[in-house]
Amino acid sequence: MFSPEVLSNLIIFVPTIFAVCLIFADKAAVEFMRVWTLVGTAITFALTVALLGTYTPGDGGIQQVVAKEWISSWNIYYRIGYDGISLTLVVLTGFVFLVSMLASWGIEKHVKGYLILFLVLETGVMGVFFALDFFLFYVFWEVMLLPMYFLIGIWGGPRREYAAIKFFLYTLFGGVLMLIAMLMYFFASASMTGNGIGSFNLLDLAKWAAQGNVFSPGLQVAGFILLFIGFAIKVPTFPFHTWLPDAHVEAPTPISMILAGVLLKLGGYGIIRVAYPLCPYGAQYASYALVAIGVVSIVYGAFAALAQTDFKRMVAYSSVSHMGYVLVGIAVWKISDVTGTSDYWLMGMSGAMFQMIAHGVSSPGMFFCVGVIYDRVHHRDLNQFGGLTGLMPRYSGMAAVIFFAGLGLPGLCGFIGEVFVVLSAWNYSKTLAIVSASGVILTAGYILWALQRVYLGPEYKGPHPEAITPMNSREQAIGWALIVPCFALGVYPNFVFDYTDKPMAKLVRSLNEGYQNTPKPHGDVQTTQK
Amino acid sequence: MHDIGSLVVHMLDETTKTSVRLFAPELVLSGTIVVMLLCRILPVVWRIPTQWVALAGAFTAFAWTLYQFDQLVTPGGALQAKSFFTGLLMFDQFSTFFRMFLSLFLILTITLTVLTGIPDREDGPDFYTLLIGATIGMMIMASANHLLMVFIGVEMTSVPSYAMVGFMKGRRKSSEAALKYVVYGAGAAGVMLYGISLLAGLTGTGSLPDMAERLSMIVAQGKGIGDPTNRTIVLASLMVLVGLAFKLSVFPFHFWCPDAFEGAAAEVAGFLSVASKAGAFALLVRFGLAFSGDSKEVSSIAFALGIGLGVLGAATATFGNLSAYGQSNMKRLLAYSTIAHAGYMLMSVSALMVLRFSKHANPEAVAEANAASLSCIEGLMYYLFVYLFMNLGAFAIVALIRNQIFSEELDDYNGLGTQCPVLCFGMTICVFSLIGLPPMGGFFAKFAIFYSVFKATSVHWVMWFVLGVGAINTVFSLFYYIRILKAMYIKPRPEGARKVSYDLMPVGLFVLMICLPVLGLGLFPARFTETFHHVASVLLTGR
Repeated sequence: MFSPEVLSNLIIFVPTIFAVCLIFADKAAVEFMRVWTLVGTAITFALTVALLGTYTPGDGGIQQVVAKEWISSWNIYYRIGYDGISLTLVVLTGFVFLVSMLASWGIEKHVKGYLILFLVLETGVMGVFFALDFFLFYVFWEVMLLPMYFLIGIWGGPRREYAAIKFFLYTLFGGVLMLIAMLMYFFASASMTGNGIGSFNLLDLAKWAAQGNVFSPGLQVAGFILLFIGFAIKVPTFPFHTWLPDAHVEAPTPISMILAGVLLKLGGYGIIRVAYPLCPYGAQYASYALVAIGVVSIVYGAFAALAQTDFKRMVAYSSVSHMGYVLVGIAVWKISDVTGTSDYWLMGMSGAMFQMIAHGVSSPGMFFCVGVIYDRVHHRDLNQFGGLTGLMPRYSGMAAVIFFAGLGLPGLCGFIGEVFVVLSAWNYSKTLAIVSASGVILTAGYILWALQRVYLGPEYKGPHPEAITPMNSREQAIGWALIVPCFALGVYPNFVFDYTDKPMAKLVRSLNEGYQNTPKPHGDVQTTQK
Repeated sequence: MHDIGSLVVHMLDETTKTSVRLFAPELVLSGTIVVMLLCRILPVVWRIPTQWVALAGAFTAFAWTLYQFDQLVTPGGALQAKSFFTGLLMFDQFSTFFRMFLSLFLILTITLTVLTGIPDREDGPDFYTLLIGATIGMMIMASANHLLMVFIGVEMTSVPSYAMVGFMKGRRKSSEAALKYVVYGAGAAGVMLYGISLLAGLTGTGSLPDMAERLSMIVAQGKGIGDPTNRTIVLASLMVLVGLAFKLSVFPFHFWCPDAFEGAAAEVAGFLSVASKAGAFALLVRFGLAFSGDSKEVSSIAFALGIGLGVLGAATATFGNLSAYGQSNMKRLLAYSTIAHAGYMLMSVSALMVLRFSKHANPEAVAEANAASLSCIEGLMYYLFVYLFMNLGAFAIVALIRNQIFSEELDDYNGLGTQCPVLCFGMTICVFSLIGLPPMGGFFAKFAIFYSVFKATSVHWVMWFVLGVGAINTVFSLFYYIRILKAMYIKPRPEGARKVSYDLMPVGLFVLMICLPVLGLGLFPARFTETFHHVASVLLTGR
């Protein structure tokens, strides 16, 4: 019906169009506005699926690039396009926003403002995944901040102001670092563009980085540190994670679902799409530290989750732990001295990618489960639950499946990513692999313990026992929508790998080239060629 | 040899045939003042509301400068850049842009005062006389080509400003603020005048374009700062900069700013915060470029001044942002924010001087540094242009809200978000732009300035420090700007608070008219950056 170029533009801007129409809606027509927004997110999701249908990986490169001149004197373009890596995340985004919209029915305060911000947020996220111009990427990246601040700050829990400003500050700080890195690359690429201005084109910058002689090792290291901190805040990894538990706990349920399901993936995506391709030398230089940070995140997040008594906070820390696998998978970069390739690293990268998608399904599910019970009994104290299986059998069953998916039970989506990552980490460093594998046990520990305290046991002894009613049909629909991909991805992981394998292989190849082509400073021992 | 008679004829000829025409927008504004004052004393026309007279004058001046600017920037236009009034004033793209900018700003300010009802009918002629008089002074600042005009411009701006700050006669705070402003202003003007007289005495001329050449003749080669002449040159330049720093409210000459802004009406504060900055920055750039020449010694003095300005800019931004955090009064908060923004803009002037006067040996590096210094002026002009809308917007909304809730305290803004959505939406746009978040214009402006500072880092390491401080300040500033939004949207409206209602038409329209350009400048900056680039290139290279 539409060409892929038109489709990708529509995916970015359909939510905004729906948001603009909402401005003229009557404040009292609450139900209409909800349905309207639901239709908007549903159309966007349908468009993402349609775009996925037209996609064939080809050689794994970026496809259907649309480039329109935006600010010509600065070489800034409106440049969008996609490959399997971004496309799977785009579909995930469409899905999570649709499901979260269904979960937003319970929002009663200032509905109109909520829905408008919700839709603007979707545009920002989609824009980041499609952007291929660094400047455009940055603009969309920051555009997400505005709605997110208000969504947490107005519709959040008791400490919402604190959580909102903390989220804003952390992300803005990361953004400023990214801005400086952006200027560094813009400046350094001036000799390559032909008109002496410099370039924001991520594809060109990546190409020049792969040539190796354009960006000096010093620049790549400095740039990588700046970019990595910027993205690591979003992921979030230890020690930049402290905003996350606060934001999650205070945000309303649907916003927590989006935050965990999609926004955290932006950090991982940024590392894969921007930080690594632009600074292959810097990434390789820092790889051991990165793996170590990832492993610490896994274990630290798991221990922290184990210690929580607040159900939602526990789930929030589980996100820190699970996103640690993503970082480990991305970072285990070791070039084999026999073949000159990095097959295990490719496996790690694929695992990280899969983990992002899997976590994007399971963590919104977990937050949704927390939200369902919180809506009824208005507390989240793990020690005051118990016996829900008898009162809400269907809900408990669904929750069990979703939590097991988060745990990484074979056959469910959480398993594949973790296994890939841990296996590839073994090749990189046995110590770190063992530590990260122990994270799996800790994960099982906190999830099983939480399940036991919330769902099992003889009877519910906390406040508001009278309010515990079975799930309504809307909630069931959300539950099923989240459970189906948990199973599907776990049983047939090629739903993701079919799309990401070739782009990932291409990326790994060009990063290896970039590293090997970059002239090494004197005295630098090649730690990888063991 | 000319005899005196032909000289007079020649001068008369130049004045009537070119100078007066080029000076016409200022003359129109002066005529407006006369008409307004006549309105006051002549019984027949007494009933004409003065704001319409003022508005008509401002519109005419704006249209005229727009025409002049258009003719200047289009290739083959009817007007050429030249100095006029025997070299006292300069007519070029740069000055005409600022005159246009200032008259546009005059229109917006007068419109705002019409909407808010300050001043009342009785005081109208006085107020608009002061307002327009100050604007003429700023326009002279922007086109000054001679040290004498520098001083006249600064004083013509300052004196009406003092009176405007104290305009609300009944209020003690207002009079106090005006007094503070006068005392500081007089001190700064005295120092500046001393500096000017030193410079003029050393060089034997007041003409800015001749200054570099004369300086290179008298400067002691290779003796550095130890030589008395060199020391006097540096001292004199610093004294002139003190005068400008006062107008810009640069740390440590900023003390008047929060008090004056708090005492003055928000409309006046908005006017002073934008317009007098624009004039002063135009003047600063021109003064800085007056050091351009072949002499290495003069260049190295200017280079050192540039580095100093960078450090001052970093200090100003940091100080402004940190002090703003503790404020509870909106006007004081915005006054500190104004100080911080002066710091950012000063960074771009510093980058300009560092790049322009760097000691490169090979011609390639010189050419590159010159090209880079273009982007500094481009960035500064863009910043000022966005700043016009975002800062005026913020002050205008403070004034409009004051008319409803009779308060300028931040705590009284609680929960306004639902009661006057248009005003609060406008404030949100302005605040996000002031923080420097995309897609607002403030982001692109800040981006352009950081870019020029970044380029200057290749010349001197201190600029890395300046850039780092500037970047960190963006994060600092979030703290207090977000308090405004928090009060409006997140805090609930207190029980029993007066219900605020707004008739949407004139006020809402005005707010949107100011705030939507902020958004537009962020989304579509291309057209403006190209124009500014052209202006900068004419100013720096003559082409």
